[in-house]
Amino acid sequence: MELVVLLKQVPDLAEELEIDPSGTDLARDWLSLVTSEWDEYALEEALQVRDLVGGAVTCLALDTGSVDEMLATCLARGADRVIKVGSFDRPPDSHTAARAFAAALRGLPHDLVLTGVQAIDDLDGQVGPLVAAELDLPHVSVVTHISIGPDGRTATVHQEYAGGLVAEFELDLPAVLGVQTSREAPRYAPVSRVRQLLKTAEIGRLEVSVPADGGLVIESMAVPEASGHAEMIEGDAAAVADRIAAILRERGLARGGA
Amino acid sequence: MQELPVVKVDRIIESDHAVIDGIDISGRWNRMFSERAITEYPTEAMDWVTGLAGGESLRNCYQCGKCVPVCPVQHVGSYGPRKLNVKVLRGNNLLDDPDLWLCTTCGNCYRVCPKEVNPLEFMPAIREQAVLEGKVPAELQKVFENLQRQGNPLGEPARRRADWTADAGVPVPLISELGRPVDVLWYVSDYTSYHPRGKDAARAMARVLTALGVDFAILGAEERSDGDSARLAGEAGLFELLAEQNIRTLRKYRFNRLVVMDPHAYNAFRNHYPRLGWEGEVLHYTQFLAPLVDRIEFRSPVELEVTYHDPCYLGRNNGEYDAPRRLLEAIPGIRLVEMPHSRSNGYCCGGGGGGMWLDGFVADHVSERLSERRVREAVATVGMDGTGILSVACPYEPSRFEDAVKSTGNDGRLIVRDIIELIDQAMQPPAT
Repeated sequence: MELVVLLKQVPDLAEELEIDPSGTDLARDWLSLVTSEWDEYALEEALQVRDLVGGAVTCLALDTGSVDEMLATCLARGADRVIKVGSFDRPPDSHTAARAFAAALRGLPHDLVLTGVQAIDDLDGQVGPLVAAELDLPHVSVVTHISIGPDGRTATVHQEYAGGLVAEFELDLPAVLGVQTSREAPRYAPVSRVRQLLKTAEIGRLEVSVPADGGLVIESMAVPEASGHAEMIEGDAAAVADRIAAILRERGLARGGA
Repeated sequence: MQELPVVKVDRIIESDHAVIDGIDISGRWNRMFSERAITEYPTEAMDWVTGLAGGESLRNCYQCGKCVPVCPVQHVGSYGPRKLNVKVLRGNNLLDDPDLWLCTTCGNCYRVCPKEVNPLEFMPAIREQAVLEGKVPAELQKVFENLQRQGNPLGEPARRRADWTADAGVPVPLISELGRPVDVLWYVSDYTSYHPRGKDAARAMARVLTALGVDFAILGAEERSDGDSARLAGEAGLFELLAEQNIRTLRKYRFNRLVVMDPHAYNAFRNHYPRLGWEGEVLHYTQFLAPLVDRIEFRSPVELEVTYHDPCYLGRNNGEYDAPRRLLEAIPGIRLVEMPHSRSNGYCCGGGGGGMWLDGFVADHVSERLSERRVREAVATVGMDGTGILSVACPYEPSRFEDAVKSTGNDGRLIVRDIIELIDQAMQPPAT
């Protein structure tokens, strides 16, 4: 089974974000980047599926100049190979990204393509569906519980709805999935191993040429205005406990008598 | 294999009496001199551990049990240093054993061990293998990720590392902005920079240094965690990453000495940064201030009974017991009383070697926290009328011990203070 994972980096929210003077982008001086959380779930699922049914996991990232460490981390977690795609001055919009990934995938064996269902930097959620459309493959978004059919030609996935309802889909492979979460928390990548791999690993490269158009254009960015404030509870332990109990009662969250 | 002298059993001559140099050493032959099977255990696990760099000494244990009464973790559960050797002898390589994460690397067993079996070396070595296999308790993994991303275990923004200075009441210069060499580069440390109670100590330190006219500066947002506890918790690569970042920063500036708040940072800079390329004078803040104690102008006596908790990585593992006590004894009004576990036999707070970040994991395997036992000992020493102080010199401890004061039902009965807070308090003008 050839599993391919599409990953990208997003701003690390541990640092407070600022808007740059243009008003259409984040100030990037203090910005640190991390792997998009949902893409980490996609990688974890790919590794789990590979460990169950065999095969290989290939990770693709668009080369925005800073993805080597992310790809070395993929290898440290257990990916079989990693490839940088194209060359971009800055992270492209979803449409351009999907065309670049699709161009790369046309030259790579793939039975199942997994990517995070969305990312915090655009909440666009379009890369999966657009890649599927480019390659004319079936696609399901917001999936969990991926399992491969006994003949290796189909996959079954879940989509969870409100009210505790779950839909089960069966797809013919190859297919593209937008992963919502992984069955286990993404495994730890030991720093020693990442550092070793950064020195020794072979990071593949695929040149692609794609037109950059069709995506969303940011017209302006603003910091949301705070609407509510946290209440800081002061006093000794008994007073704090009383206040917490009172709040729970006010909200109807306390069980039993007053 | 080393060439060893071989005792040829069949050539031993028994004498009823033997006198050597005028001393009669006659005695009964015993089975020490005959061949016998001592152990018939599988050797794979022990060979694997002793094949790791740092794992060598575990084989030397001969089960004498000296470590049993001094191991703080053994007091609260079934863990014991001696038992580790037996487990490994029996084929358990510890990778899936909770015992692997219970040792706080406090070093008290090593202190008494006649065979120098050293958990400060073999624990990180085995833990590193567990980390490489992804067998890391979830709460510890989160801290490793924080250290990697933000350079501090709390997961706070790196650029906010010097925010505490705004409320210090005195200017705290950043060395990058001074543009000149300083006498003291003050490495503030993680919990001192970010934890609410740690920041109290940082502000006190800033005021004391200023009052003493010390020429000092801090690194601010350029400072990263020293990484020592991550190293002891098995993440050697993360330690090296953080150390390299700190060393790059330290090399940019000129200063006479590094003064640190955290004994774990002291241990790192003193004993582990040199092999990564940084060497310089490093002092714990108590060591820096103790020789200056006569210059401190105390204005308000602190009429309280005070006991002192020796941090493992200042006391036992680095040999500094006197500097903190000199400072405490110099504060007017303070009566210093020692707990039964003090100095080289100091009792671990439970925070070392990754214990700070394994509270939930450890809780499943112990009857109470080490910090809770220590607080009970402090209460027994200085009383519970609310005038006794448990003084500390490690930024892990105010929060650990204040939590333990509450969880042992001693809220309001015992005060926890960093020594620098007591000095700062005694330097303030008397309340009128």
